[in-house]
Amino acid sequence: MSRARPDTSAPPNARASALADALAAKGLVPDGFLDVVKERATEAWSPRNGARVVARAWVDPEYRRRLLADGTAACAELGYAGPQGEYIAVLEDTPDVHNVIVCTQCSCTAWPVLGLPPDWYKSPEYRSRVVREPRRVLHELGLDLPESIAIRVWDTTAETRYMVLPLRPAGTEGWSEERLAALVTREAMIGIERVPEPG
Amino acid sequence: MDGIHDLGGMAGFGPVAVESDEPVFHDPWEALAFALNALGIAALRAYNADEYRHAVERMDPAHYLAATYYERVLTGVATLLVEKGVVTHDDLERRAGGPFPLARPVAEHPTADLVRQPRARFAIGDRVRVLEIHPTGHTRVPRYVRGCRGVVVHVAPAFSFPDASAHGLPAREEHTYHVAFEAPALWGDAAARNEQVVVDLWDAYLEPA
Repeated sequence: MSRARPDTSAPPNARASALADALAAKGLVPDGFLDVVKERATEAWSPRNGARVVARAWVDPEYRRRLLADGTAACAELGYAGPQGEYIAVLEDTPDVHNVIVCTQCSCTAWPVLGLPPDWYKSPEYRSRVVREPRRVLHELGLDLPESIAIRVWDTTAETRYMVLPLRPAGTEGWSEERLAALVTREAMIGIERVPEPG
Repeated sequence: MDGIHDLGGMAGFGPVAVESDEPVFHDPWEALAFALNALGIAALRAYNADEYRHAVERMDPAHYLAATYYERVLTGVATLLVEKGVVTHDDLERRAGGPFPLARPVAEHPTADLVRQPRARFAIGDRVRVLEIHPTGHTRVPRYVRGCRGVVVHVAPAFSFPDASAHGLPAREEHTYHVAFEAPALWGDAAARNEQVVVDLWDAYLEPA
């Protein structure tokens, strides 16, 4: 095979259409299949789901206990399950330990609670560097962690899918679950930022 | 394979660029590429997720790094559907109106001879060492932990062993372990203290340490 020459290749949109058309011409694309997948990817699998899990864990100590003991079952309690969510482990941040997730070999992510991963998570920059120099990478992204705080990087190399349970920010005492969930970002559940204090 | 995809610890890459309010897909063709992979795996059952990952890993390294994520998805899916005889490369290039680069072929002897481990050999707290292996096919043991010592912090259920299922070998299930490595055990004594990397590893990749 000749060396790949992406610069002379047909553009990716033309290649994607070519593959879809070639399959359709053989009658291999069931009616509606592609649209259902696209809708799940953009609507059903969402970091808003994970944010609700985090908010519930912040207000309900019994749910928090179940979530840390069996993430898969506790996420399913709220209706979040499915592909890439078959075995979910939830990583608890504490004042002394900060967790951060990566997939160095591809881009594995807990789709039902985090959604499809963003480009930065799939980039060679993040995948190569965050296991080697996590404190520096987090600093570059605006999260300064003193050396007294341990950093634990979780590489998604097998079938476990991770989600970080971040620290609840100060100034949110007495807040409702809905109001708390609105604070929780995908980036905080991956571990490159903290949930910001309100105000 | 010791390929370009196995990026953990590689030096030379710059800052991570985070896009604010990033959409799930930047362009409709990205959603199409994602959906075609779901079609290939779940509807056509033409290949499995391990074969898919390996197809992406087999891309030319320069193409892999230059491509966006969904171009890698598209290349992996198209490669497998051509290799499985579902579509032809000529037909794809004719319809695309130009070259449609695919990944390189699977290695001739892709699997390492790893002893099957049907029962969990390790428990939480056990010290383990990762085997120094270099399979030329698909494997999920990253280069940066091979030969290194760590401690089991969690025993996960048994899952299909990817080195076998990516290459059409009989399915075998083995436990995976979350193994914690102190940074100096991976990167040398100059590495920062108070940092750990936890890697999820199948039983057959490990030996007692």
